[in-house]
Amino acid sequence: MLPTLEELKAALQELLPGVSLTMEGGSFLVEAKDVTAVCRCLKETERFGMDYVANLTAVDYPPERIEVVYHLCSMHHKHGPIALKVKLPRATPVVASVTPIWRGAEFQEREVYDLFGVTFEGHPDLRRILMWEGFEGHPMRKDYVVEDQDAPHHS
Amino acid sequence: MVDEGLKSELQTEGIYLTTWDQLVNWGRRNSIWPLQFGLACCAIEMIATAASRYDIARFGSEIFRASPRQADLMIVAGTVTKKMAPQVVRLYNQMAEPKYVISMGACATSGGPFHTGYNVLKGIDRYIPVDVYIPGCPPTPQALLEGLMQLQQRIKGQSFGQAMDKKQGEYPIPEFGTAGLEPRYTPGVFQPPTAS
Repeated sequence: MLPTLEELKAALQELLPGVSLTMEGGSFLVEAKDVTAVCRCLKETERFGMDYVANLTAVDYPPERIEVVYHLCSMHHKHGPIALKVKLPRATPVVASVTPIWRGAEFQEREVYDLFGVTFEGHPDLRRILMWEGFEGHPMRKDYVVEDQDAPHHS
Repeated sequence: MVDEGLKSELQTEGIYLTTWDQLVNWGRRNSIWPLQFGLACCAIEMIATAASRYDIARFGSEIFRASPRQADLMIVAGTVTKKMAPQVVRLYNQMAEPKYVISMGACATSGGPFHTGYNVLKGIDRYIPVDVYIPGCPPTPQALLEGLMQLQQRIKGQSFGQAMDKKQGEYPIPEFGTAGLEPRYTPGVFQPPTAS
């Protein structure tokens, strides 16, 4: 069984001194610089054993921030998910890639890059996955303006 | 045209009269071969229509062809995304004449629930001519069969010569632009509704 969130937080802070974790609802808020350390710890510590990224997505909160959300599960222990969130500045959203930790994050990070414009540092192949090359903008951002298909000409 | 009274009188003698158009159109409309492809959930209803319960074979359209070269009918069954639209137009261009298009469901007709989205085409009729529109989300198999029967009526009403002379030809394939497809529609095929 997965320990309660409070116990999990205490255990993580013991393992990773200097990393600041805050609780927000049922999830942990992690600072962008600590993502790699926290994820690696969750995966490699035997009692957590988070070997599977069930979901990796983002939420746009204009005007100033974008949150990247990770849902982690353990196939080995059959527990989870736990949710991690990272708050990033909307103008320059950059966070470390978790693809070196979980290979399964590769396409999900590409999707977040494509639709929200978040850059994942250390990703092996960061390019658009759903939209085509040459598409401009990030359509899941709330200020994205959809083209008018009835207008005859591109303005 | 042969007088109907004379025709039935001759039939009692075992002599049947017909016209070339009637004979050929009888064959044409009862062997419409659809192109085998589906784009979304409408395709599931299309598959159900082809299966034994609704049995599209009763209308002569059971042979779904996997090659556009052997198909007469394109059933656009589902959401046409902007990324898929060029391929749909290309498949249409490769079909043999005379060719027909059924737009199945709200998405293929107008974009449906996705019509304000960034990724969905607001109707396949922007790039290729559509013969029959079927409403529904998704349309039931009965509705698809009704659409097919409407198409059969349409074929029946055309003379064979007319149908063979009228070449649909090829339509321009849209290209990926910076925010959507370019052009947004083919002017000879589609005109956007004017705001009133």
